[in-house]
Amino acid sequence: MTGSAGLSDAIAVGRRRDSLSRLLRLGLLIAAVAGLCVLSVAVGTRPVGWAEILSGVQGHVETIGEAAVALRVPRTLLALLAGAALGLSGAIMQGVTRNPLADPGILGVNSGAALAVVIGMAWFGMDSAAIYVWVAILGAAVTAVFVYAIGSLGRGGATPLKLALAGAATSIALSCFTIAVVLPRNDIAGGVRAWQIGGVGGATYGSIWLVMPFLVVGFAISLLSARRLNSLALGDELAAGLGENVAVARGMAALGAILLCGATTAACGPIGFVGLVVPHLCRLLVGVDHRWLLPVSALGGAGLLLLADVAGRIVARPSELAVGVVTAFIGAPFFIWIVRRQKVWEL
Amino acid sequence: MSAGEPALSAAVAAGRRRRAGAWRRVVAGLVLIVLAGVALTLMLGQSFTPPGDVLRVLTGQEVPGASFTVGHLRLPRAVLSVLVGMSFGLGGVAFQIMLRNPLASPDIIGVSSGASAAAVFAIVVLQMDGPMVPAVSVAAGLGVALLIYALAWKDGVTGARLILIGIGMAAMIDSFIAYVLSRAPSWDLQEAMRWLTGSVNGARMEQALPVLVSLLVFGGLLLSRARDLEALRMGEEAAAALGVKVGLTRVTVIVAAVCMIAVATASVGPIAFLAFLSGPIASRIVGPNGSILIPAALTGACLVLVGDYIGQFLLPGRYPVGVVTGALGAPYLIYLIIRVNRGGGAL
Repeated sequence: MTGSAGLSDAIAVGRRRDSLSRLLRLGLLIAAVAGLCVLSVAVGTRPVGWAEILSGVQGHVETIGEAAVALRVPRTLLALLAGAALGLSGAIMQGVTRNPLADPGILGVNSGAALAVVIGMAWFGMDSAAIYVWVAILGAAVTAVFVYAIGSLGRGGATPLKLALAGAATSIALSCFTIAVVLPRNDIAGGVRAWQIGGVGGATYGSIWLVMPFLVVGFAISLLSARRLNSLALGDELAAGLGENVAVARGMAALGAILLCGATTAACGPIGFVGLVVPHLCRLLVGVDHRWLLPVSALGGAGLLLLADVAGRIVARPSELAVGVVTAFIGAPFFIWIVRRQKVWEL
Repeated sequence: MSAGEPALSAAVAAGRRRRAGAWRRVVAGLVLIVLAGVALTLMLGQSFTPPGDVLRVLTGQEVPGASFTVGHLRLPRAVLSVLVGMSFGLGGVAFQIMLRNPLASPDIIGVSSGASAAAVFAIVVLQMDGPMVPAVSVAAGLGVALLIYALAWKDGVTGARLILIGIGMAAMIDSFIAYVLSRAPSWDLQEAMRWLTGSVNGARMEQALPVLVSLLVFGGLLLSRARDLEALRMGEEAAAALGVKVGLTRVTVIVAAVCMIAVATASVGPIAFLAFLSGPIASRIVGPNGSILIPAALTGACLVLVGDYIGQFLLPGRYPVGVVTGALGAPYLIYLIIRVNRGGGAL
């Protein structure tokens, strides 16, 4: 009796210590993201002093330095939001598909959103960002369902290799269609090209407000599905045995992820690999419990995108590297590392 | 029993003769289609040129109104189409046979992207011209192929790991190409399309020469290894048991195929899915009747000619050939994934 009480005490102590150290890491991560925010406002083509930063953040635009800072503030905000959305949607996609290679970019969801927006611009004369968001989310949803359906046909369900191949094939096809749609339309080609690389440089408060409602709903749905994802991680049979409606759980979580990455693509263009890298790193940080993993992935995604954006500004001075290019160069080696490390190919 | 044996060997010999005859008929048919395609390309354009005039231009006579169109615009285009089609077809099928997987074609695993990225970089950033561009492109193609192979090496190379690593590599390189193109000072859309999807627009006779040389040298090298390559189709152990030097054959085939594809890419860009499509189509046509190397090369030439014709004349607006082959190839790739999944085999 006393032994078992001692044991449960020890477990409780261990659990407290675990969550204490997790809280500590969470605190460090928050501090890092805050530091990156400051960097993102301070670093750029135009060097600025602290006085200019302070007055620029408060909205003064009297000097060039203050004006530069005032432009960097919405940019930082958009990078924070987009990064959080991509990191969170990556974590959810990996949870829903139980697949370590899932990512909105690799699964072709971003290129689906891109094609939908381009078709909207070229054929239906849409020109307001408010409509782009709806169209992008629609395109993302259709593509996600399509890729998942192809990837999960046959024996073994949605294995990493099948999903990655289906995603790669679909995204090559979609980019060919995108080119075919854009090519005869020189009037929209410039805008489409700039948008297709994926960046946060052109951020304004207006464009952020447009996607904000979608992001808020997406964040809410996603974070609420943490417990369901934990059940799904046990396997479909066990999850059903625990009283979970597997299809509903998957569908709800996926809806959240699609809202997030569709809205992000509408605002910044397709940005790849954030959703792949971040959940893996966050799993090392806080473990596999989705109640921790999801919020931490959002935080980590915000940090990574800020870091990539700042790095892009430093590396290519006095010009800058679009954040989509930077994340591809960080993310692709990481992707290769996962493929090498995991036994995902033994299907 | 003893009476049966001569009859059996006679039947085997007859079967072999019949298959060889069938193979020759297939090749002759493909050659005819290629010739017809060339003739069509020479005759049709913005205006129709009668066959008599075309023949007179080809034999060097001056025909008013046709000499320039046929001799300077259509002939280089037709010749270049055939040469690059054969290069892509042969190089692609060599990879597919050697890695025993139709998905392991150079355009899916990033080798074509590497060659294309180097060509874009050489032309746009280093302002190179002439024979240096194919040289840089070949070097980069070989480098990327080597890198992918090395990264996929872990107690031997499995097809699935190589393909996944190649997909990651291709994603990174494609984002680099998009970035370099977006920074290009004079951003001509047609020129950009060439490096994104491949195009034979504006073909010149000088461009055809390096492709012809590489096709003769490396294509010849590949065909001289055809028997060993066919043996590799049955697996490495079986091939080694048949006396094939597996390592040497592998290196020769990779080098020859990459060089051919890189040289072709340097002149027309990475024509989407051409290397991937030619082999499977050729193997459908030939069946079990013999080697598919030469039929695949001819199929590649047919695809370029037909794709270019469709892109120029059958669609509203004019599209480069890569958009057409990309749109044709993507559904086929998806079909292939579905079929392999249904069959229950691991890819």
